[in-house]
Amino acid sequence: MTTPSARPTPAQTVGPFHGCALPFPGGGDAAPAGHPDTLVLHGHVRDGAGAPVPDALLEFWGPGPDGELPRATGSLRRDPMTGGFLGRDGIGFTGFARVATDADGHWAVRTLRPGARGGHAPHLAVCVFARGLTRHLFTRVYLPAADREPITDPLLAALPPERRATLVAVAEPRGSHRFDIRLQGAAETVFLEFA
Amino acid sequence: MATATQSEIDHEIAQARATYEASVAGGAARTAQPAHAYPPYRSTALRHPRQPLVTVALSQDPEAVELASPAFGGTDVTALDHDLTRQHQGAPLGERITVSGRLLDRSGRPVRGQLIEIWQANAAGRYAHQLDQHPAPLDPHFTGVGRTLTGDDGGYAFTTIKPGAYPWRNHTGAWRPAHIHFSLFGTAFTQRLITQMYFPGDPLFAHDPILQSVTDAAARERLVARYDHDRSEPEWSLGYRWDIVLDGPTATWIEEGR
Repeated sequence: MTTPSARPTPAQTVGPFHGCALPFPGGGDAAPAGHPDTLVLHGHVRDGAGAPVPDALLEFWGPGPDGELPRATGSLRRDPMTGGFLGRDGIGFTGFARVATDADGHWAVRTLRPGARGGHAPHLAVCVFARGLTRHLFTRVYLPAADREPITDPLLAALPPERRATLVAVAEPRGSHRFDIRLQGAAETVFLEFA
Repeated sequence: MATATQSEIDHEIAQARATYEASVAGGAARTAQPAHAYPPYRSTALRHPRQPLVTVALSQDPEAVELASPAFGGTDVTALDHDLTRQHQGAPLGERITVSGRLLDRSGRPVRGQLIEIWQANAAGRYAHQLDQHPAPLDPHFTGVGRTLTGDDGGYAFTTIKPGAYPWRNHTGAWRPAHIHFSLFGTAFTQRLITQMYFPGDPLFAHDPILQSVTDAAARERLVARYDHDRSEPEWSLGYRWDIVLDGPTATWIEEGR
């Protein structure tokens, strides 16, 4: 690896007031309208006392069902006349979703079911921001059964079973998937760093 | 727990800094990034992970999702988004400034065509956010939200007004130094960054647990913009310059290492 020459800018907390700037209409609706491979993901963000985190912001990024990473733009699609938002066009897939938690610490996104890439079990990258996080936390959400033996995904395989389970969404009877994020404490979500 | 005084917080800040310097003296690597657990910033107590982060070695994994990044383009910004003083019918109150610089990666290469989002308080130190109940006036001509795409040289520029300092409830008498929040994307999701830019010479720096959560002094300096007189416009605006370097491995980095 080359030696990096530029010194990095440190992260700082997103703070409590990102709600006026970062969430956007349709932010959680990444799936094109009526797409048969739509994946509904939802869950709560909780702190070390089990209390809901009502001021978190979550971002999701990952491939479409074919395993390819999208290059399409238009997640925010602004209205040049009013300065507001037109919303997504319902056709393209940018692979990017952004949602804030509500007063109960709950969030939901509708995106496309990710395809497998390069020996990984299908998953999406997740980035968590919140007041009280000095810097963001990376994690991943895997589709159900990714942790069923034999485990082929390199990250999941390297984790003990109870830690591994924190990265795998749970299928629900009506087709949605639940993925809770615990910032601290019992069943703390596995958070990642990249090297 | 009783609310701490400023001098108690100052003491905790000094302790955290001494602990960091002792670890560096003992051979630990310097780090630009703040620790997740930083007691002087009280809200970290129940929100920081206690388990160590799990390392994903991307050098062995060219297909990793995190080596690519969402793309943004012309439809994601409007022509007025970079000028926070022209988003309403009248001009906002306050000191008109420009903030400009370049977005770079760890190799010093420009990050082109990527989205930068900013948000800030108004000149009186109040956000256009319902939860901000600081009794300072709202400005009907200022929302304090901007966006732009970086140019071919990684360059960006915003016109805005200088935000005010504001109180918060971390401890008794807590005030945040004036700052602008920045959200940045790179070529890889590993480089995702949200941070805050500060103004030079602010007397609140030493007392602010959020700025001081970056315990490395040189890294902390990199959060402070420089006043650049060449970027000031006569009888119009004061110019500040701030370059941003995204951390995190990228595909280019890893390929060059092979």
